[in-house]
Amino acid sequence: MEQQTEASLLGMWTFLVTEILFFGGALTAYLVYRNWYPDAFALASYEIPIMPGAINTAVLIFSSLTMALAVHFAQTGDRGKTMLFIVLTSILGAAFLGIKAYEYHEKYVEHFIPGFGLPFEFPANPEYTNAARIFYSLYFVLTGLHALHMIIGLGIMTWMFIWVKNGTITQEYYAPVEIAGLYWHFVDIVWIFLFPLLYLIGRHVHHVG
Amino acid sequence: MSDNSKHHVVPLSTYYLIFLALMVGTALTWWVATIDLGAMNNVIMLTIAVTKATLVILFFMHVRYASKLTWTIILGSVFWLLILLVLTMNDYLTRSWLHYG
Repeated sequence: MEQQTEASLLGMWTFLVTEILFFGGALTAYLVYRNWYPDAFALASYEIPIMPGAINTAVLIFSSLTMALAVHFAQTGDRGKTMLFIVLTSILGAAFLGIKAYEYHEKYVEHFIPGFGLPFEFPANPEYTNAARIFYSLYFVLTGLHALHMIIGLGIMTWMFIWVKNGTITQEYYAPVEIAGLYWHFVDIVWIFLFPLLYLIGRHVHHVG
Repeated sequence: MSDNSKHHVVPLSTYYLIFLALMVGTALTWWVATIDLGAMNNVIMLTIAVTKATLVILFFMHVRYASKLTWTIILGSVFWLLILLVLTMNDYLTRSWLHYG
């Protein structure tokens, strides 16, 4: 059983490696364009309110803690607490997506959506409109892919809840919960990088006034 | 065998400590982002992010207690990620040199 657990964890890590390089590709695009338009990127980033992003960072870190606790109680064979912490993790994940949806709506109201034939305006500096459009394209691709991973994560949490409840998960066979945890923490790590790269790069230049 | 078949169970206090460190790291990034340190802003920001990610990987994802094979796979992915980032920027950051040559 130990060997099977080890093998399945290794398989999950192999999948996560492909995920790291997948997000790595998107981050490379960000890096290249930010290098071309540093000032426009700083200003466009400054236009994003920091509070919802910071709250979401805290929410995700908190959800990683509850996820780690869920795995812990699966390992020690406490089914009740495993279910409790899977539910808490799901609630925090849903809260993250709710705040993200609010942010997307704000972008829609402020005309910061670069696509779907919607009006795009960058009144902070109209000369930067095209570069700001690239910044917000990257913002939506990166946060959108991240949000998609969160939605899949919520599906996995539901699946794990059912498996713990119906007794599929036991103290010996807890590997599925641990693997679900690896996925959840990975998505948290992606956000750990997205938060500073998207929300914080313009603060030190523009925060005065 | 019975001793081996028990997976390493991390004490709860470790999880709380890591959680606290991650929260402090987040607050620190935000605070540093408002101070103008020029190019150092990026360096500090990414150092904090990498530190936070490392804490999550080592403790929340149990890699600290994982096999050497797992370590190899993870370090391999970091290596490939660096190839992706460094070689790409090696191109883009040096293109302007052509104008002076």
